Amino acid sequence: MLKDITLGQYFPGNTIIHRLDPRAKLLIVFVYIVALFLCKWLISYAIAFAFLTAAIILSRIRLKALFKGLKPLLIIIIFTALINLFYSDGRVLVEFWIFHITYEGIWNAFFLVLRIMLLVTGTFLLTYTTSPIALTDGLESLLSPLKKLHFPVHELAMMMSIALRFIPTLIEETDKIISAQKARGADFETGNLFRRAKALIPILVPLFVSAFRRADELATAMECRCYHGGAGRTKMKVLVFRMRDVISLLIVAALLAGIIVLRHFGL
Amino acid sequence: MAATIEVRDLSHTYSVGTPFQHDAIRHLNFTIEKGEFLGIIGHTGSGKSTLIQHLNGLLKPTSGDVLLEGESIWKDKQTTRSARFRVGLVFQYPEYQLFEETVYKDISFGPKNMGLDAEEIRRRVLRAASFAGVDPNVLDKSPFDLSGGQKRRVAIAGVIAMEPEIVIFDEPTAGLDPAGCASLLENIRSYREATGATVVMISHSMDDVAALADRLLVLNDGAMEMLGTPSQIFAQAERLREIGLSVPQVTSLFIRLHELGLNVDPATYTQASALQQLLSFKGGAAHA
Amino acid sequence: MTHAVIADNVHFSYTSQTENVPIPVFDGLNLTVEEGSFVAVLGRNGCGKSTLAKHLNAIVLPEGGSVRVFGMDTTDEQQLLDIRRTVGMVFQNPDNQMVANVVEEDVAFAPENLGVPSAEIRKRVDDALKAVGMYEYRTHAPHLLSGGQKQRIAIAGVIAMQPRCIVLDEPTAMLDPHGREEVLRTIEDLNKNHGITVILITHHMTEAIRADRVLVMEKGNIIADGTPKEVFPQVELLKQAGLDVPVTTQLLFELNKSGCNLPLDALSTEECAQALYDLLKA
Repeated sequence: MLKDITLGQYFPGNTIIHRLDPRAKLLIVFVYIVALFLCKWLISYAIAFAFLTAAIILSRIRLKALFKGLKPLLIIIIFTALINLFYSDGRVLVEFWIFHITYEGIWNAFFLVLRIMLLVTGTFLLTYTTSPIALTDGLESLLSPLKKLHFPVHELAMMMSIALRFIPTLIEETDKIISAQKARGADFETGNLFRRAKALIPILVPLFVSAFRRADELATAMECRCYHGGAGRTKMKVLVFRMRDVISLLIVAALLAGIIVLRHFGL
Repeated sequence: MAATIEVRDLSHTYSVGTPFQHDAIRHLNFTIEKGEFLGIIGHTGSGKSTLIQHLNGLLKPTSGDVLLEGESIWKDKQTTRSARFRVGLVFQYPEYQLFEETVYKDISFGPKNMGLDAEEIRRRVLRAASFAGVDPNVLDKSPFDLSGGQKRRVAIAGVIAMEPEIVIFDEPTAGLDPAGCASLLENIRSYREATGATVVMISHSMDDVAALADRLLVLNDGAMEMLGTPSQIFAQAERLREIGLSVPQVTSLFIRLHELGLNVDPATYTQASALQQLLSFKGGAAHA
Repeated sequence: MTHAVIADNVHFSYTSQTENVPIPVFDGLNLTVEEGSFVAVLGRNGCGKSTLAKHLNAIVLPEGGSVRVFGMDTTDEQQLLDIRRTVGMVFQNPDNQMVANVVEEDVAFAPENLGVPSAEIRKRVDDALKAVGMYEYRTHAPHLLSGGQKQRIAIAGVIAMQPRCIVLDEPTAMLDPHGREEVLRTIEDLNKNHGITVILITHHMTEAIRADRVLVMEKGNIIADGTPKEVFPQVELLKQAGLDVPVTTQLLFELNKSGCNLPLDALSTEECAQALYDLLKA
């Protein structure tokens, strides 16, 4: 059932990683990703790996949960690894039919897999340790300078948080509609692609109708609760940049600087 | 009477192997007799909705079986599919599943899936519309332009049009106003009278099931708590309260009268019977 | 006493999307509600009771006549936020009135909109959640709560504005009997112990009995107005308005038809049983 899918997972906790300001965490992940793309050789990757490992240990997120997040990406990872393995130019080690495996290919494939895994695990660590609300707040705050350019930052953040709020509701609703149409003999499993696409109409139409009805009711309810856009709004939870946030940012900045230097030496 | 549905040691567990694993229904055993009106009561989360989705094969039992006319509905794919048509299921707030351009087309969705020809579909749509109380003038209109109550009737017609032997209603009157409730229940009653169909109805209103059902099935926490005639069930008012249910208003009144020392039946559950008892009592008192 | 609501000769019609002709809803509606009262509004679907509710906090404005809430005219745009903060609104479907996926964030929504300082919001949110008995659930996700609990969160979201009046538009229609009772107890508590004026729109006679005053609406008019004991004995009038009467009243009504002389205002089971006992033991 659709219900079993978990989206935007957040594992509540009270570790230093959980307590970091969401803005700091977003910046750290951003810098970390940039650093990953600048990694050149084993030593750089080892440093990035050590950084991530330290963060994971501090967050007390179980490795199992992190690997679970990697699972859906496995096919993509293997596929890109194979392409790199077979199609890199350089010193040929093995050759058969149209394939040739090169010394450089093996390293390329290895680094690519490493890079994807470090990247994905790092971003998962962010969503696992930061509540969706905090993430939206952090994003809104980070992007707030764009307000001067008339970029609708508040509206964007509001939309994100409403979307997060309604995803479980709409998933549940989809389940119900599918059951109801199945009870009238709708068949979603047999037939060619065209037939199957057509079979989705009895699900999509009620879902859209319901989403619009919900949107309409929600808009009225928001008006009743004095919503009038972002102007003059306050927050119950104010984001405060603390010493730990500054220190964490300095550490990740050092990581970036270190990797840039190593890159210069081809390491 | 012959059993039309037999539920054998039926259990269902959701989200097996995850932290959310829980047993929705546990070892249910009962039969639904041909032509009877079975009411299902139980508080929210007692497993009512899970149970009824097993009766037409929408949910597969974790263990146990459901037999339709003596044959497991899980025997093969064909049997499972035909169970969907033989056991019609009207979900809660069924108006939210309407999708077609016209009321007519929406009601004909089920019959069309059965592979019937146009003429038979037409006959069934008109018949179902009339049973469900859908105004014949709206058949060519969009279902989305109708009032809430009319939409619900269209959705019910969409299930009845499959001409199932058994129709299951999950809280058919939820959210309707009193006049709407009464008239919809009257439609269900007269549909059953005219077709002899077996009817199963989940309801939170004790007064509604008391007025309509031949037998009541009481679920508590996924297990069967009681099964019997309304008078047998409502005689156990104390136990019903313990599991978070109530008795019809008339029954509470008669329990109180009985406590006050009047010689009335504390398991009285219909207004008609209540009135009759009180009138005869009064007559008796006057003569004494 | 202060008037919470004064609706004076209100005219309103809405245009149906299909026929494109204005359909009149109110044709000179008059209503006053005293501050601190608990008023139940009854009527069949489409009788205009939801439209009335939306007039009370300027979601809908009258086309003729005027609506004043706590002295503020609803057409006065300068006072729009004050009006909405003073008259809170709770709707039927609890899912469609929650904006946040954490309970306390949702309750904080209105005070945040009003620009209340952060520390004050925290206090208001905690107080509101305590008032509806949902404080322990403050960090839960709303979609995992029961219908009755969600509706109590919606009520807390309104209380956090510190309103003087709450209008509830069929708040129990989608709930089971248990949830219904939870919500009603909450409403009664707010009315009796916090002095909030309550206007409860409902189909359920058993809920209306608990109000101080019952209004029955039919086709945009108020056809009955009084205490439950005054209104419910009017069995024929209620039936004509598409409503039920309590089973107890119905029974007494039928007995009276057969020549008894029972008091039709014996609304509760206890009163009704006592009346019947007094009649029959004699």
